[in-house]
Amino acid sequence: MSTILKPENVDQVRDAVAWAAAEETPLDLIGGGSKRAIGRPGNAAHTLDLSALAGITLYESEELVLSAGPGTPIADVHAALAEQNQELAFEPPDYGPLFGQSVGTGTLGGIIAANLAGPRRIKAGAARDHFLGFSAISGRGEVFKSGGRVVKNVTGYDLSKILAGSWGTLGAMTQVTVKVLPAAAKTRTVLVFGCGGRAATAAMTRALQSPYEVSAAAWLPQSLAGRSDVGYIKDAGASVTAIRVEGPGPSVEYRCGALRTQLAEFGTTEELHGHNSGAFWSEIRDVRPFAMAGDARAVWKISVPPQSGAPLASSFVETLGGEVFLDWGGGLVWLAVSVDTDHGHIRTAVSAAGGHATLIRAPAELRATIPVFQPLDPGLAKLSKRLKESFDPRGVLNPGRMYAGI
Amino acid sequence: MEMPKPDDGVIARRHEIAAALRSIVPGEGVIVDEEALRPYESDGLTAYKTLPLIVVLPETTAQVSEILRYCHENAVKVVPRGAGTSLSGGALPLADGIILGLGKFKKILEIDYDNRCAVVQPGVTNLGITDAVRADGFYYAPDPSSQIACTIGGNIAENSGGVHCLKYGLTTNNVLGLEIVMIDGEIVRIGGKHLDSEGYDMLGLLTGSEGLLGVVTEVTVRLLRAPETARAVLVGFPSNEAAGSCVAGVIGAGIIPGGMEMMDRPAIAAAEAFVEAGYPLDVEALLIVELDGPEIEVDFLIAAVEDVAKENGAVSLRVSNSEEERARFWAGRKAAFPAIGRISPDYYCMDGTIPRSQLPRVLSRMTELSETYGLRVANVFHAGDGNLHPLILYDANKPGELEKTEEFGSEILKLCVAVGGVLTGEHGVGVEKRDLMDTMFSKEDLNQQQRVKCVFDPKSLLNPGKVFPELHRCAELGRVHIRRGKMRFPDLPRF
Repeated sequence: MSTILKPENVDQVRDAVAWAAAEETPLDLIGGGSKRAIGRPGNAAHTLDLSALAGITLYESEELVLSAGPGTPIADVHAALAEQNQELAFEPPDYGPLFGQSVGTGTLGGIIAANLAGPRRIKAGAARDHFLGFSAISGRGEVFKSGGRVVKNVTGYDLSKILAGSWGTLGAMTQVTVKVLPAAAKTRTVLVFGCGGRAATAAMTRALQSPYEVSAAAWLPQSLAGRSDVGYIKDAGASVTAIRVEGPGPSVEYRCGALRTQLAEFGTTEELHGHNSGAFWSEIRDVRPFAMAGDARAVWKISVPPQSGAPLASSFVETLGGEVFLDWGGGLVWLAVSVDTDHGHIRTAVSAAGGHATLIRAPAELRATIPVFQPLDPGLAKLSKRLKESFDPRGVLNPGRMYAGI
Repeated sequence: MEMPKPDDGVIARRHEIAAALRSIVPGEGVIVDEEALRPYESDGLTAYKTLPLIVVLPETTAQVSEILRYCHENAVKVVPRGAGTSLSGGALPLADGIILGLGKFKKILEIDYDNRCAVVQPGVTNLGITDAVRADGFYYAPDPSSQIACTIGGNIAENSGGVHCLKYGLTTNNVLGLEIVMIDGEIVRIGGKHLDSEGYDMLGLLTGSEGLLGVVTEVTVRLLRAPETARAVLVGFPSNEAAGSCVAGVIGAGIIPGGMEMMDRPAIAAAEAFVEAGYPLDVEALLIVELDGPEIEVDFLIAAVEDVAKENGAVSLRVSNSEEERARFWAGRKAAFPAIGRISPDYYCMDGTIPRSQLPRVLSRMTELSETYGLRVANVFHAGDGNLHPLILYDANKPGELEKTEEFGSEILKLCVAVGGVLTGEHGVGVEKRDLMDTMFSKEDLNQQQRVKCVFDPKSLLNPGKVFPELHRCAELGRVHIRRGKMRFPDLPRF
């Protein structure tokens, strides 16, 4: 029978993992459970629920650092940071609504374990870039740590990088430390209407090659723009290319104006101010165009060189009848397709473009049949398997969540 | 500091190994002559010297692969080397190992502005990348002070920073892809022109791995558009505390400057005497705060920084009004190391990182230690990110003074760890800080790191003797000793 183990302190996590290792019985690691339906379906008999390891243990705003239990709700982190006008600069997305869940169920540990990032990825990096250090329990039932609480640190291997994006397969984190940054005083978004994906990419590239410190660049086709809750987007009656600038007030006004001038040749321009801008980018961040009630299509997240995004996206629309939008200046393609489409075609096309695709949303049967994460080249696959064994020789931590045998 | 005992059996096979390497790298790419080996006997940490067995300078990835395969099959140790500017002895040779120099990998393979990246060979210098794209308005952000000489391959090995990394990140935040050759000769490509990794983040793991995991043969870096303008503020303070609280005040005001550097009185005096940058000599601490971006933003932020500086008791304040003046503000800071070199026969550069708020405490303790050891110390500090470079002044010709310096240095680094910091911010552990690793890490921490080493290099042939104080055999580390958990632990809440 399936048991849920819910440790309340580090010793209990260690006991739970040591027990699982001794019994060679796999554990399914969860925090808030918001991303539980991502990855290959597991068959672990037991769940290790880390949500009780919650709470901010250190927050020094002038040092730009925060430590917390991995089960700390991301909403609590946002709230604490907001009091000091700070933020997690990588804009952690909330995929809960994509799976029909309410907003705000994710945890800090979950965001790190999945190495996610929002639209600001192109400027500020992903969770990995802000993850300074951790303590964890390895699959050997041993407490180990890496990194620290300072940004500049090359003392030993940077195991934080390898834990970020490992989906709980290398260690059960018990404490995490992240870099935090001041929130921008002002935000504006330049909108360009009526571009197709390729023209939009040209516009985004122009903006990203400018000295105007663009912090996000996305494109929505007309059909998806119509699903926005932001009036200017919803009522555009055209596709929308969006370019965000953030910073001190006078600078934002100047850069916004300069970008509108530079982008005028691509179409009519408009600008979103504070509230609307914030609302629009949370929709992009959280993949809300594909989170409408009743939308059960498969959703792919595809990271490619920025210039390859639009051509790939339009080929998927043509051949598979999917819906797409672009983020990260064209380098991130979000694709919604019918569950019974030719998913192999997607993999082949993405590999050819030089990038990777992850099946973020799909029924368990599909996730059990096709690779959810990008299949690895033989050299990397061998290294990954050995790396897994070095952390978790008995294969008790989320085995198979990313790849069979890992 | 002791290195692993050289294997006489390997040393005896020197001619045979050289012949094998010559069959892979023809011509002058294999160096065995003692005079020609001499330039490779140390890196930037010149206190340690060892003549390598052989130096090999391949020109292609295929040659690197063959060399490594040969070394793997014949149990020959390999020390990879870029420009040899490491300050931690990361490229210190082994008497029974070859130096694998990447100095001939000097090509910029591709500049791709549309995807905002460049593909380069590892022997290209850090500044060489920026030089290649500057005319088009772009640059490569990390800028270690050795950027004229240090190579991008070495930057990967050490995860190099520089004065701009508070705002723009370290090497690890600015690299998109790598081609590496494993010790068994296998060539593995990681990442590319896209963001984030499929599977485990090997890119992040390899960056900062000090040449212990693989040999980098190609690098894809992010290119950024250069800011429209940059100006610097030079602020003098009557105490280190005041300068430290100004740094905290700037960040507290929500400003992340392009660069924020601090120098203490001895460093100011040495730098001013050397380059006449116009630094005030009657202050205890000097801050250089650089703001970059559109002119309107820079003006706005400079005014904000001036306010914070005044609130914190600044006794002198100058804002650069031209590129020439900005360069002069920086000239003293950038020349700080050679400036110290002028006033002392030798100096030893340390590299700890501390939480910024601990700076006054660390500096005053350092002054006490300086008196105890009878050695002068000057400090330059990447104030924005807490990375401290104490420079200990000594004379290697005085018997026992190097040992005393090393001891003083160890005390400083232990202090950094004790206040919540780390042993090294950007120079690497190398051989220099190897024996201090256990002040920061437990046995379990170090064992897990060494297990990662075993994943990549099970025979421990790549740069052995660096980073880890004790070398364990991989078989021993791989054993699983699991204490059987108390079945059904009574204390654990379950549902």
